[in-house]
Amino acid sequence: MSNDGGILQLSEQVRSGQATAESVLDSCLERIDCYDPVLGCFQDTFADVARERAREVDRLVNDGKDPGLLAGVPVAVKDTIVSRNEITTCGSRILENFVSPYDATVYTRLLAAGAVPFGKTRCDEFAMGSSTEHCAFGPVRNPWDTSRVPGGSSGGSAAAVAAGFCPAALGSDTGGSIRQPAALCGVVGIKPTYGRVSRYGLVGFGPSLDQVGPFARSVEDAAAILQVIAGEDVHDSTTIDTPVPDLLGELHTPLEKLRVGVPSEYLVEGNDPAVNERVHAAMDVYRSLGAEIVDVQLPLTDVGIATYYVIGPAEASSNLARYDGIRYGRRATLEPGEVLFDLYARSRSEGFGDEVKRRIMLGTYVLSAGYYDAYYKRALQVRRLIRDEFNSVFEQCDVLLGPTTNGPAFALGSKNDPLSMYLCDRYTVNANIAGICGISLPAGTMDVDGHELPIGIQLQAPALCEPTLLRAARMFEAAAGHEDHLPDLEKTVAAS
Amino acid sequence: MAHESEHTISIDEARHVADLARLQMTEEQIESCRGDLESILGHIETINAINVEGIEPLAAAIEMTNRLSPDEVHESLPVEEVLANAPALEDRYIAVPKVLDEDGNN
Repeated sequence: MSNDGGILQLSEQVRSGQATAESVLDSCLERIDCYDPVLGCFQDTFADVARERAREVDRLVNDGKDPGLLAGVPVAVKDTIVSRNEITTCGSRILENFVSPYDATVYTRLLAAGAVPFGKTRCDEFAMGSSTEHCAFGPVRNPWDTSRVPGGSSGGSAAAVAAGFCPAALGSDTGGSIRQPAALCGVVGIKPTYGRVSRYGLVGFGPSLDQVGPFARSVEDAAAILQVIAGEDVHDSTTIDTPVPDLLGELHTPLEKLRVGVPSEYLVEGNDPAVNERVHAAMDVYRSLGAEIVDVQLPLTDVGIATYYVIGPAEASSNLARYDGIRYGRRATLEPGEVLFDLYARSRSEGFGDEVKRRIMLGTYVLSAGYYDAYYKRALQVRRLIRDEFNSVFEQCDVLLGPTTNGPAFALGSKNDPLSMYLCDRYTVNANIAGICGISLPAGTMDVDGHELPIGIQLQAPALCEPTLLRAARMFEAAAGHEDHLPDLEKTVAAS
Repeated sequence: MAHESEHTISIDEARHVADLARLQMTEEQIESCRGDLESILGHIETINAINVEGIEPLAAAIEMTNRLSPDEVHESLPVEEVLANAPALEDRYIAVPKVLDEDGNN
């Protein structure tokens, strides 16, 4: 696949007949065949189905019809998003052979816009994790350094885009699962406003926190994908019924009098110094573009993880009750004398991995009699305070700037203690708690043990303010010069 | 970064939670899970320092009122495709182990 130009140029080439969707897909699949055995981004690719989709796009072009905004654009899809006749495992043994009878709305919308979904990317089991090590079918490796994680839980999607396997991918973000791997892989990742994108067909983890969003190499490419997948959906009553604004028309027009808030809680000593340095550099970029940098405070930043690890597991524990071995998913074989209860317990215990069990246990505990008020109710009260704190800060600024993560990609196996893994998401969980939108942008690389490793910065904007978020992001991208800097895969793979 | 939890979780309590969650665990798994929960709850207890008096809980960040779907007949998913995922079938029914014993108790 050509690395020149973005998704809109690629789609234009397909629409004008300069390239065929089939040849674009084939070059993606070739690169995947060559390098993915080392990286492990894909749980499954369905070349035949995808090729038929690509040929259909080419047929439309030949017939003089417009296949849509994403004509012929190959898109990888996180294995938490269902598609008809294709296996969706969610990274779990319990769904190892699950074939959805329907397409997720985001999948339907990709297809309707002429995109070519062609494969499912690996993720932490049920999207629970920050490293993609908790995938039942094997970890994903970071294309910048294969001894390191790509982040998670949407690690396969982030790594696939960084590896140049495809121009875009879908992920899902419950507490940072798009933005954190985007940062660790050096690509763009968007967590849209809660309700902006339909969750119909997204295998649920924390339904009040989950959002589907895009990974891409540039803000424009990510915006193009978001433009297609966003919008109200009759199948998801939590989608917002206001029309999706045009995200592309004014994307390249800088915002005037932009106020960029930098919370003092985001630039702390716990961050790798290189991370703080990149945030300061980004502040300089915005200043040079005429934006005003505003010092703000978000004192509740530090209780985000605690709040999230009540709400998320509580929702997950009730949500994952559906995996009972009865209607779909893995069913255990019973021993003589065992009863229905054993069928549930045995199927779940055989099917779920340790991290999923841990979160189900935690969620069940905080919801159980005697603890509900102390944990769950209190967390929901703190949730309101966190949202209100964002609301009042957004009276002083249009976007918030800070790190996406406190450091670059870490080594596989280096965070064995669950709590230390959870704390990776300090800068990302609060956007999910408050329902606001956020984006991670590549902010250059740092050298670690002879490997270049990407660093990401995060912008956050109020609910429904994606146009502001994306234009502010594009201003940085255009001025900072980190755009489309991808790893030399041949070198990384040779060194692994 | 581990915090000391204000209270501990007993093995019996962990076992009870596992039963509620329909999870079968060995003694070692219960013990290890118990330790993890104590450590995580220790961190979670940092929210106890926040004054939440009089604050209404917020279940969903974007507050919405109930939305009704139009009462329209539309096609549903094909039964065969939906049932294709069931681990055990008898005709068009999902088969499960016997739920009631001979006396009609479950």
